[in-house]
Amino acid sequence: MSPVIKRKKRNFSIPSKYLLLLLTCVCVGLMSLTFFTDYSAMPLNKLLGYIIVPFQEGVSRVGAWISVRVDELGELRIVLEENQELRKQIDELTAKNTQLQQSQYELNNLRELYKLDEQYSGYDKVGARIIARDSGNWFHAFTIDKGTEDGLTIDMNVIAGGGLVGRIIDIGPNWAKVNAIINDDSNVSGMVLASSDIMMVRGSLQLMDEGVIGFEQLIDSKGLVQVGDKVVTSNISDKYLPSILIGYISEISQDSNNITKSGKITPAVDFEHLEEVLVITETKQQVAD
Amino acid sequence: MKRNIILFFVILVSFILQTTLFQALSFGGIAPNLLMIVTVSYGFMFDKKYGMVVGFISGLLMDVFYGEVLGFYALIYLYIGAANGTFHAIFFQDDIKLPLVLIAVSDFIYSIVCYVLLFLLRGRFDFQYYLTNIIVPEIVYTMFVTVFLYPCILLLNRTDEDTERGDHTVV
Repeated sequence: MSPVIKRKKRNFSIPSKYLLLLLTCVCVGLMSLTFFTDYSAMPLNKLLGYIIVPFQEGVSRVGAWISVRVDELGELRIVLEENQELRKQIDELTAKNTQLQQSQYELNNLRELYKLDEQYSGYDKVGARIIARDSGNWFHAFTIDKGTEDGLTIDMNVIAGGGLVGRIIDIGPNWAKVNAIINDDSNVSGMVLASSDIMMVRGSLQLMDEGVIGFEQLIDSKGLVQVGDKVVTSNISDKYLPSILIGYISEISQDSNNITKSGKITPAVDFEHLEEVLVITETKQQVAD
Repeated sequence: MKRNIILFFVILVSFILQTTLFQALSFGGIAPNLLMIVTVSYGFMFDKKYGMVVGFISGLLMDVFYGEVLGFYALIYLYIGAANGTFHAIFFQDDIKLPLVLIAVSDFIYSIVCYVLLFLLRGRFDFQYYLTNIIVPEIVYTMFVTVFLYPCILLLNRTDEDTERGDHTVV
């Protein structure tokens, strides 16, 4: 009895070259599946979401707690020094405040003109916490702790601190993957608020270190666009809602073709220290309907 | 069976740590590649087949969560695991030089493949920048982590392996 079982067991193993061939075929099959169909690993997404996401949430929550405690200790001394300085500043600022109240009147008029404020608060938003980041070093997408169960879908825009962070590109029941606009494979159609000129905002791994995003294909024949101008998402994007703040132009130069301009934008969001984000629960397609 | 359960948890824990803890401990935005360490270690510690399976699972995890195309990382890791399996013949438990060299070389090849397929083909030609700012730091950090992680993987699989070989004297 036992030799038979043993032999069976031995015969069961596949030679490694066939296993390699088999797994290679599986990989190629999966790749062609994602290329040629809309299939986006939904069953796998669901299964793995339940296994891995709870752990990621736990670990990042513990990590956040520790880093907050460490920061608190270090900051206590700085805070005391700052307190004295701040008292001085209060006096200065009270004087300035009166001046600013005048400017506020002007600002209100301008806001009405662009209806920026209204559009922002008009969207429904859901708060989410970042629980994990891209496992490789080439791209910097991140995972948030809300998914289809919380009413999110692919292509929803993500904002933080008043500026655009990115959009959801992949989703599971309790997690969603967000592609940041600073990412190397991200393109956003932007618009200079002052002159309504359209441009292409392209993320770049090289510029990420400097904390800026590149832009190109800006047609500005009158030369009105200047450093410091506000850049918002444009109307012609099919993924991003219009008039969400991207950042401020920090560098601008004429391209060698003498028609378009390119340069750099300082984003409104601090991508380095991003922990919590807001997801706008409307997609561009819904708004259009 | 026991080895397979351990293997499953090692991959899972490495992936979770790589995406959470080590992202927080990253230097200049560079995090170590724990899944590479696991794939390479299992490749030459056991045999080709193990390397392949571990590589395939690790790559598939990355694909599902962070890949653009399903199967892309799985394919790279699969071949890296298989290639490292051929070094099983010269594997000795208490030698850390071989794993260090193999992991460094594997990580370099992986990075080059990533650069060529994901960046060069999109017209990012500044190879020197990516070499000095992404590839080399990642290899150095990964090797540093290997020094601590490799003995742990070895320890987890030691008892199992020894009894199989009928060899209890190995330190």
